[in-house]
Amino acid sequence: MLKQASKATTAMSLKKGLQRRWRLGEKFIESWIFLAGVLTIVVLLGIIALLLKEGLPIFLDTPPWEFFFGTKWYPVSEPPTFGIMPFFVATFWVTLVATAISVPVGVACAAYLAEVAPTKVRETVKPIIEILAGIPSVVMGFIGLMLLSPLVQSAFNLNTGLSGLTAGIMLSLMSLPIIISVSEDELRAVPDDFRQAAYALGATRWETIRHVSIPGALSGVTAAIMLGVGRAIGETMTVLMVAGGALAVPVSPTEPMMPMTAAIASGIGNAVRGGLQYQALFAIGLILFAVTLAVNLIANRVLERQKRKFAR
Amino acid sequence: MRAGAISKRQLSQRTAFSLLIIATIIVIVPVLVIVLQIIINGASAISWEFLTQEPSQAGKAGGILPAIVGTFYLMLGTIVFALPLGVMAGIYLTEYAKENWFTRSINLAIINLAGVPSIVYGLFGLGVFVLLFHFGMSLLSASLTLACQALAMTVTTSREAILAVPREYREGSLAIGATRWQTIRHLVLPQALPGIITGAVLAMSRAAGETAPILVVGAAFLLPGLPQSPFDQFMALPYHLYTVAAHVPGMPKSTVWGVALVLLVVVLSFNVLATIIRLRARQRRFNA
Amino acid sequence: MSTGINKLKKGWLVLILMTALVIIAAGCSSQSTTAPTGDELSGTFSIIGSNTVTPLTSVWAEEFMKMYPKVNIAVSGPGSGAGIAALINDTTNICQASRTIKQQEIDQAKAKGVEPYEIQVATDALSVVVNPANPVSELTIVQLSAIYNNQITNWKEVGGNDAPIVVLSRDTNSGTHVFFKEHVVQMAGLPTADTSREYGSKVLFLPSTEEGVSETAKNPNAIFYPGLGYVTSEVKPLAIKKTTSSTAVLPSVATALDGTYPIARPLLYYTNGEPTGTIKTFIDYCLSPEGQEKVTEVGYVPLK
Repeated sequence: MLKQASKATTAMSLKKGLQRRWRLGEKFIESWIFLAGVLTIVVLLGIIALLLKEGLPIFLDTPPWEFFFGTKWYPVSEPPTFGIMPFFVATFWVTLVATAISVPVGVACAAYLAEVAPTKVRETVKPIIEILAGIPSVVMGFIGLMLLSPLVQSAFNLNTGLSGLTAGIMLSLMSLPIIISVSEDELRAVPDDFRQAAYALGATRWETIRHVSIPGALSGVTAAIMLGVGRAIGETMTVLMVAGGALAVPVSPTEPMMPMTAAIASGIGNAVRGGLQYQALFAIGLILFAVTLAVNLIANRVLERQKRKFAR
Repeated sequence: MRAGAISKRQLSQRTAFSLLIIATIIVIVPVLVIVLQIIINGASAISWEFLTQEPSQAGKAGGILPAIVGTFYLMLGTIVFALPLGVMAGIYLTEYAKENWFTRSINLAIINLAGVPSIVYGLFGLGVFVLLFHFGMSLLSASLTLACQALAMTVTTSREAILAVPREYREGSLAIGATRWQTIRHLVLPQALPGIITGAVLAMSRAAGETAPILVVGAAFLLPGLPQSPFDQFMALPYHLYTVAAHVPGMPKSTVWGVALVLLVVVLSFNVLATIIRLRARQRRFNA
Repeated sequence: MSTGINKLKKGWLVLILMTALVIIAAGCSSQSTTAPTGDELSGTFSIIGSNTVTPLTSVWAEEFMKMYPKVNIAVSGPGSGAGIAALINDTTNICQASRTIKQQEIDQAKAKGVEPYEIQVATDALSVVVNPANPVSELTIVQLSAIYNNQITNWKEVGGNDAPIVVLSRDTNSGTHVFFKEHVVQMAGLPTADTSREYGSKVLFLPSTEEGVSETAKNPNAIFYPGLGYVTSEVKPLAIKKTTSSTAVLPSVATALDGTYPIARPLLYYTNGEPTGTIKTFIDYCLSPEGQEKVTEVGYVPLK
């Protein structure tokens, strides 16, 4: 009887010991999981910290006013001058061209897919758009170089097809998938009751799309456009290969130009760590980061608000 | 209304719909043109030698094996770093995190990381991995850089996959006495696995196509041998395409298109794989 | 349920792999820039820098690796500036350059403990090319300077067609960019020398020599300056006159060797200190008669 009792107690304490170790092991795993969660913040802060650390010192050499608004970029001359207005304006031009093309085409296509297209058509078109989204940027740049640049050159009678226009067209192709997919999602999120109410009042399908669906999804579509713009601003390879690389402040999109991303990519190989050119390039990176950050933050804010608007 | 007459409103609808269709065609046509051009121009360069041999004569002859191998090493390196961390962060956000400022900052950080331009990641990789950590221009630096870029994607897809597991499953498990971690490990994760893997495959596809970060962190133009260790330099398909994109004197044009074709095939096949996994999982959930 | 656990086991495997990798990374010192020594030739080393020298280095590397299969050489561009920066940053073993290192860069290097050691491996006749359809066949250095400074903007001003000049250049990464600026745009050595003159703002800065040659072959109004090894039948080299009274000389191996071509320049390797071990053997090969034979094959000018 006593033997059985002592066996039972040993079994009980063994089990308790195992459970305790189990719980400790679990705590160990859980702390790793917590650290992983923190990691995303660490990386983001790391990027910001690095850009600031390596980029800010340039303003000791070149005052911010001169840096932003200066038009002369001669990093290897003696003395070097760093003015980034040409890059800023170039980014503006290629983004403008890309947006001017991708917004009307993208929103119209999204409206078609969400509201008009028969299911079979939609099932065929969506994968094609996903393929477009998957084409790497260097391939787009290559196509721009081989196929589009000569076309643009002859069509617009330019000196060379390497221009902001060519870059902008290729960029619009790269922004289209995100504009289309987000806009389409937003349009489909507009509750069907709204549409049914419009039909009940005698509206045609187009009138419903125009006066009910699109206004209902408007903020979402705006957010989609902003995400597309963010993509265009941040794209590097395509503009590096086809935008032309001229340092003059471009007054028209048909000129060869060098957007900020291309400026960083073409100069970074040359830059000695800690040197003035290195600092200047990191400063451009900082500005680029800030701009894309702002655009993405606003876009996501708007999308969150849209989600809450139609949530049931 | 007379029979056969079209009202003004009907007409404007027809015009509007035609415009919408034209817009869709404007989107589709370039994709088909691009893909077909690459296939047509590049197909002649593809041969067994092209895919399995190393380049010779400064890339004018021979094959592109090191670039293909380098790209696969990069994809592997990226996912080895980005996936476990991404899954764990996803678990944290869905299962453990409370609704407070800390969690909101993490979510914000993820959104922002997703929008950072690839050249900025390149700068980050250069400053931190190549120079600060002294890993040099190597596979390791490049993989870590691409992994940082992929992190946002792996966290987001993991989080969504885990969120999709119905609450009842978890409650059932907790009801029979399992701990939170046991529930996650034996119930939630297996259910979420297809979604997690889809995200991983998409991240690998993205890593395969990225050029700007490896341009900065230093891919090699010519490395006839294959990289022996993570500290070696490497060749990669996107960088190779970039360097030969304008006709190198003496290089047959089809070779350049051939590289584009191989890169496109690699990237798109991973995309297709991800889609298949996603659809298969959806089917299974439907039938279950 | 059992398949779920198996898949999870795979997940743990990946986690362990990753941890192992990080441990290996932490354990090893960064090997990539240590020059390999040893009796049997093996090891990996990297050569970073000039786009101009890359075709030559690639051929040498390939031949050398055939002779010593255990050696692995990584060759990269995109420009001399990049190579010199890599040497200073200690991220490469050899820097290939198409221009000489500047005093400022030497100072930066020494501040980081790097002693640049210069070796000339070949010579280049820096060619100025136009499209084959362009009637212009010769230019003076003064004219070239004015073109690249955007002062002369139309081909008719130099005896060609009435068409705007599309001025192509390499970007600041390139040693050729710097060499051309000093010796042509700023006209070093001529009475009209002007060290403050820069490239004009309408000049297109391209990221690669290949792109410049390709564009010149396609565009009837383009002008570009590739190294001699990049000149193909698709573009037309111009004969250059040092002054209006000198003879116009076409770039070639002969004219570079005898010094009559006015824009010839040395192609260089830089190492950190005098080279030793496998790297020394490699450079000895490049300077040997067999190595120098390859120079003419690639299209550049051998040392003798």
